[in-house]
Amino acid sequence: MRLRVEQLRVEFAPPFGAAADARPAVPVDGVSFELGANQCVALLGESGCGKSMTALALMRLLPEGARVTAGSVRLDDTELLDLPEMRMRTLRGGRLAMVFQEPMTSLNPVMTLAAQLGEALAAHRGLRGGAARTEAARLMAAVELPAERLDAYPFQLSGGQRQRALIAMMLAGEPDVLIADEPTTALDVTVQAQILELLDGLRRERGMGLLLITHDLDVARDMADRVAVMYAGEIVEWAPRDALYAMPRHPYTQKLFAVLPRPERRGQRLDSLPGRVPPADAAFTGCRFAERCPRAWARCRSEAPALHLAAPGHYARCHLADPGVHDGRSGTVAQVASASAAGALGGSTAGLVHVQTSAARPPSPSAMLEVDQLAVHFPIRRGLLRRQVGAVRAVDGVSLAVHPGETLALVGESGCGKTTLARAVLRLIEPTGGTVRLGGETLANLRGEALRRMRARMQIVFQDPFASLNPRMRVQDIVEEGMAALLPHLDAGTRVRRTRELLDQVGLPADAGGRYPHEFSGGQRQRIAIARALAVEPALLILDEPTSALDVSVQAQILNLLAELQAARGLAYLFITHNLAVVSYLAHRVAVMRGGRIVEQGSVDTVLGAPSEAYTRELLASVPGWGAGVRPM
Amino acid sequence: MKPVILWSDALLLLMLAVLALTFWRLRREEALRAPWRQVMRGRMGAVSGVLLLAFAVIGLLDSLHYVERLPDTEPGQPAQYGGEVRSALDALLTPLREGVEKTYSAPFATHLYVKQAMTRADGVDVRDYPRLAHGGAHLADPASEFWPDVSRRALAGLAGGVLLWLPLWLAFGRARAGRPASPGRRAAWATLLCVMLTAGLLVALAPHYHVLGTDKVGQDVLYLSLKSIRTGLLIGTLTTLIMLPFALTLGIAAGYFGGRVDDLIQYLYTTLNSIPGVLLIAAAVLVVQVQIETHPDWFDTAAARGDARLLALCGILGLTGWTGLARLLRGEVLKLRELEFVQAARAFGVRHTRILARHLLPNVMHLVLIALVIDFSGLVLAEAVLSYVGVGVDPGMNSFGNMINGARLELAREPVVWWQLAAAFVFLFTLVLAANLFADSVREALDPRGRRR
Repeated sequence: MRLRVEQLRVEFAPPFGAAADARPAVPVDGVSFELGANQCVALLGESGCGKSMTALALMRLLPEGARVTAGSVRLDDTELLDLPEMRMRTLRGGRLAMVFQEPMTSLNPVMTLAAQLGEALAAHRGLRGGAARTEAARLMAAVELPAERLDAYPFQLSGGQRQRALIAMMLAGEPDVLIADEPTTALDVTVQAQILELLDGLRRERGMGLLLITHDLDVARDMADRVAVMYAGEIVEWAPRDALYAMPRHPYTQKLFAVLPRPERRGQRLDSLPGRVPPADAAFTGCRFAERCPRAWARCRSEAPALHLAAPGHYARCHLADPGVHDGRSGTVAQVASASAAGALGGSTAGLVHVQTSAARPPSPSAMLEVDQLAVHFPIRRGLLRRQVGAVRAVDGVSLAVHPGETLALVGESGCGKTTLARAVLRLIEPTGGTVRLGGETLANLRGEALRRMRARMQIVFQDPFASLNPRMRVQDIVEEGMAALLPHLDAGTRVRRTRELLDQVGLPADAGGRYPHEFSGGQRQRIAIARALAVEPALLILDEPTSALDVSVQAQILNLLAELQAARGLAYLFITHNLAVVSYLAHRVAVMRGGRIVEQGSVDTVLGAPSEAYTRELLASVPGWGAGVRPM
Repeated sequence: MKPVILWSDALLLLMLAVLALTFWRLRREEALRAPWRQVMRGRMGAVSGVLLLAFAVIGLLDSLHYVERLPDTEPGQPAQYGGEVRSALDALLTPLREGVEKTYSAPFATHLYVKQAMTRADGVDVRDYPRLAHGGAHLADPASEFWPDVSRRALAGLAGGVLLWLPLWLAFGRARAGRPASPGRRAAWATLLCVMLTAGLLVALAPHYHVLGTDKVGQDVLYLSLKSIRTGLLIGTLTTLIMLPFALTLGIAAGYFGGRVDDLIQYLYTTLNSIPGVLLIAAAVLVVQVQIETHPDWFDTAAARGDARLLALCGILGLTGWTGLARLLRGEVLKLRELEFVQAARAFGVRHTRILARHLLPNVMHLVLIALVIDFSGLVLAEAVLSYVGVGVDPGMNSFGNMINGARLELAREPVVWWQLAAAFVFLFTLVLAANLFADSVREALDPRGRRR
């Protein structure tokens, strides 16, 4: 079995009513790669690079308006792009199957798993009745789900179980190639590790080819045999896994490694990758990465580089990898790469356990925020009289403290009560019990004006920069709103001036105030959200997964900004996250939360380096890239 | 002549003023203008938009009311005014209004539709179809002169229509540099041409023939139909005006505050929804009717009386009609209030009223607009049905419902009088179809889910 993709090009027709000279958007432009049996190829890149569109083109499931305009996709001797739709339908889900990112929406909520598996088995294997049931049970066993869950509806399953069920459905056709489009992005880290392990095991067992689409360098490292790095619709680097991670050849890949938060980079600025991925309808003359490339020179802007062979089996789309380049100025790519690899990758071999001594701050005598035995219970009411029969203990007796200038990371999986805790601290939800003290003052009994005054001292930055800004308000009004509500003594002129200063401070262009949020990228929106929170001069900032919706390069920018602001203003951060790499880079202390309780709390070095709780150890072991140093490279 | 402002006129003018003010204030907001431009760029939106505009112009002309000054007042005396309220449209349609026949006559007829006893010139009494007093009265010999006369006038009318349209198109319509011809623009101008041609035809023919025939008491059906447009438009717009405050405040408040407030509002609209709408409307209309009849001194003209009943109907439809939109808004706000920008505003201690006005209202406005435009056609049809049942507008008021109600008996008659029903049908159908297609375009442009296409 061999899947060969050659010079694949996908175009979006210009929208109806667009100007006649409008350029078609080309999300995938000349992509070639090869996938053999029992092999895993990772398609790696930031969002907007054309990864998913490539996968959809292979499945011939492109969205309306998009079509393949050139190239070929051959599965053994069959040209998939020429097949009539009827034959393609038997192939799709048969020899070629795909697992999607969102396990919540990929299963039909009104059909049991048995019915959905039965559908796939009937379509591809002609199995019905008892035979289908037996086979379905076998598939459930293959994905490590108990057979009695066959009669469950999708909403009765957890996210990880749904993803397993979806994989079982995809296995029903006994595919040769399984395409997994960000299969674990929506899942928790421990579940992610299980699903990845499952996919890896299935690939070996069945000899499938696995095309893994991911944005996570560590996931790709754990899973792939070969990695294709995509940028702006092109494959910029195509290399065996070990070669790529030992010595990335393309400046983009090098940058991707360099922006990762690592424990040994603590206290330093993360390397940044300015700018953003060019839009799919941009016109290119030279290299697509030239605008953001730190090592671009004249040739890069005039001539598009070819995919050069930089080392045996290792290709890079860069003039530096051209064997003919010896301009003396920049050296060959190999020299530079080896130099950068030492710095960039040293940390990952050391894993997350990196004993840190210098960054530990002496704890200030008085805590900025003190939370004592905080509890939030949501009542469960039943019956006609809505009597309370029980309670969901979302937060169940949590105590923690954050000191000025300190970052406390609150780590835990989804549903453990992190976000509820944050909202209860801010009194967006009324706590059921316990006390919250901010700067020595108890919040619980504050009403009206006093509560508003306290709100100016703590603010929150949310996870989703697209939902956290009102789309119908200008940035100026968004940033000013808090000032107008909480600092009424400021007059309009002062507010405008301060807004401008803040926007400048978080690195937004001067004209940003007059524009609407939709004109900004995700990273810029998160900057707006940070500026909004800072506008009322809080002493404590609650950061609720502020970077998990962002690409790694943007994440680095935001983390740098947060570090700068903390140094300049002595802010206390309560940093809620599930990303342990970020924790190890940024936090001073860590609290691990599970089921509404804190299971372990302490300095970063103790908790991440020598965890005392089994759950913390499990969490750490699930982090992708963990133990990479142990694995033979 | 003295202008008279009926209550409905005042409300209509107020609504127009608010609309004009909104447009003027928002004209520079690119984000808000873009969807409307998209509506007018599509063929369907442009065609239905122009048609609706034509209807709106007729309705507006019909809303400029005045009373005639009576001629026989002595100088020095305070002027006396007639009791009949007329509108600008009436003035334009004077020949149609005054060209009243004895009874039914078919479209373009020169003779009455019923036989009458007449004395011929030679003194013999016969029963025959008499000539009409106005329709085709200028023809000496209808049998031979009818077709030449009609075609001559029709051609002149069409030519007039083109002549009216051409300079407008030359001045504003042609594709020029910097203003490319979109399919919508072309369709809009083609529709305008059709409207102008129809108008030209009617202007040329209507004063001399009853283009759509006459009704039982000899009134011109075209005149009745044109007068009915205002009633339909008023019901469609004023009702939403009355409904909107209820739907907005109650719907958004229910969604945002939740708890007791939500329970109360839900209880209110569930109860309201469980009462049959027609029953509620009939009861309310009867109460209003009795009030009007026991207090004739409240109204100085018949028009004012009819107007009061029309407003009452709008009010009742509005009071019973807010539940659907409120329910829609409640659901949307339930979703929005959990969004992080609302949470952020709460973390800033922004007041509830301000969160409602600044964060929630603008984000449900697209739903409101879509619902209003879709409701409009439903309300126009509701008027027709209610008037037919007898609980609609004043029987003396021109409305499509009353026309259809009158046509009920005519269809049972032998030979059938079909034109009154046909006229009401064509006008109502065009108006509602245009409104529905327009609503569709608006929905497409404003609905965030449809934006990708």
